[in-house]
Amino acid sequence: MYTQALNTAETDERGLEDAAKAAQFQARIDAEERIEPNDWMPAAYRKTLIRQISQHAHSEIVGMLPEGNWITRAPTLRRKAALLAKVQDECGHGLYLYAAAETLGTSREELVDAMLAGKAKYSSIFNYPTLTWADIGTIGWLVDGAAIMNQIPLCRCSYGPYARAMIRVCKEESFHQRQGYEIMLTLCRGSDEQKAMAQDALNRWWWPVLMMFGPPDATSQHSDTSTKWKIKRFSNDELRQKFVDATVPQAEYLGLTIPDPGMTQDADGHWRYSEIDWREFKQVLAGNGPCNRDRMAARRKAHEEGAWVREAAAAYAAKRAHRQTAQAAE
Amino acid sequence: MVTANIQVSETPLVLYALRRADDALILGHRLSEWCGHAPMLEEDMALSNIALDLIGQARELYSYAARVEGGGNDEDKLAYLRDVRQYRNLLLVEQPNGDFAQTLVRQFFYSAFADLYWRAMVTSRDTTLAAIAAKSEKESAYHLRHSSEWIIRLGDGTDESHQRAQAAIDHLWAFTGEMFAVDDGERALIHAGIAIDPGALRGRWLTTLSDVVGEATLNLPQADWMQQGGRAGRHSEHLGHLLSELQSMQRTFPGQTW
Repeated sequence: MYTQALNTAETDERGLEDAAKAAQFQARIDAEERIEPNDWMPAAYRKTLIRQISQHAHSEIVGMLPEGNWITRAPTLRRKAALLAKVQDECGHGLYLYAAAETLGTSREELVDAMLAGKAKYSSIFNYPTLTWADIGTIGWLVDGAAIMNQIPLCRCSYGPYARAMIRVCKEESFHQRQGYEIMLTLCRGSDEQKAMAQDALNRWWWPVLMMFGPPDATSQHSDTSTKWKIKRFSNDELRQKFVDATVPQAEYLGLTIPDPGMTQDADGHWRYSEIDWREFKQVLAGNGPCNRDRMAARRKAHEEGAWVREAAAAYAAKRAHRQTAQAAE
Repeated sequence: MVTANIQVSETPLVLYALRRADDALILGHRLSEWCGHAPMLEEDMALSNIALDLIGQARELYSYAARVEGGGNDEDKLAYLRDVRQYRNLLLVEQPNGDFAQTLVRQFFYSAFADLYWRAMVTSRDTTLAAIAAKSEKESAYHLRHSSEWIIRLGDGTDESHQRAQAAIDHLWAFTGEMFAVDDGERALIHAGIAIDPGALRGRWLTTLSDVVGEATLNLPQADWMQQGGRAGRHSEHLGHLLSELQSMQRTFPGQTW
């Protein structure tokens, strides 16, 4: 679903690289050329991308769980099919992104193992529970909306496979966002009970969604190199502000109240939000969100209980290859 | 407040469409339970895909049943406001997912039938059923290919996968007889060229099973006792739990638009 500005600072290894190659590499970036898998790249660039793309992939996969929680309870057959298709899309994004990461010389297995071992991060937003059907609408509207805000600039990321993956992912995400908004619209035009359900969901998701853009620029450690390499084109706070400005009128149209009584519009038309509770963000990143343990347990369970299936598939493929070789030799 | 069950006038044609719709919905629902929890991402995708096909078939069949009935019901009322005794699906499709082998064997038994069934139904004199069949037969052919490949991989994979696949076959076998059963109402539809005789498909169904199960180095059971009752609303205990989850929103918030 989306990558978060979680990256920590990387040791600068470029000193060890050939300076001429590094200069040439930066010149290509500055000229807006795409870097492709077989091109020379600084080790730190490779490492940063593997981390960012895999965090993004993990987020897609873990992100299947909160929404998957409602597939069996969707209120109509049309909603059930749409939600199932949406969660399936997220899985497709995950697969696609793992493949993009593999072009950098790692494997899906290694990346997944790191995630299951708790060594790799995924977006903090998926550590919150989906309690009512309105949460499904809110996730589509706000979580996917925030994801799009983050991902549109990634379509111009300097690394070719990631940028191309993002073009497709963004198309699907904007469909999901409209679908989520349409769920909200239906609720807000429905009974008082449904409207209250929608407001309650907005109240619970608003602040965690703002946290999706990552720590404030003043404390963000990694942006400089990522910006120079054109992996990141806008700062966390810039993207967050764009998102808030786009969302306020959407909430107004729904007749919902953004749960921030201190929010004001400045002279330039920007909606200035109140202080975000970064202590909560840090706690969720540290594993103490309401669902961190459940999410990891669910992924580990699927992985462990599926081990015999993957082993069977590998054993069968090996037997088949062996038979084919034997046949060819006859 | 709980919404009461709807009443359905089960004329032979309404009942016929409803039974196939229930098969597709319940199996689609079961498969959707895997989404996010499958052994590999490719299977999260594949099982969701099959579930989507089946839910799509169910929606068309429910809409048709509602139209034929003409009593103001619609796809959602038929899916969400009938209780266990009103559901008409095969016992096979409501069986729990169990392990991956059980899910795939259930799918294989059903898809091997559905593939033949929808292909035959393309010639139905009922143009709506024929149109639904034309779409469903393409989907079922893929479902059968997917499940057949897995039966072979599991059967001829490791000792553990072989044992699990054989256990699933032995467990689910008794639920296959119902697919070929016909009651008086259906017999009249068969006679009119609206339905096909499923009994006529059994030989080819067995051939498909024997071929795949043989290649998988597995065995089909000799037992010939078959469970039945799903078509008349006499289900296993599993269906009630599935329905209470499936229907929870419509039952908790009656009469709302979603």
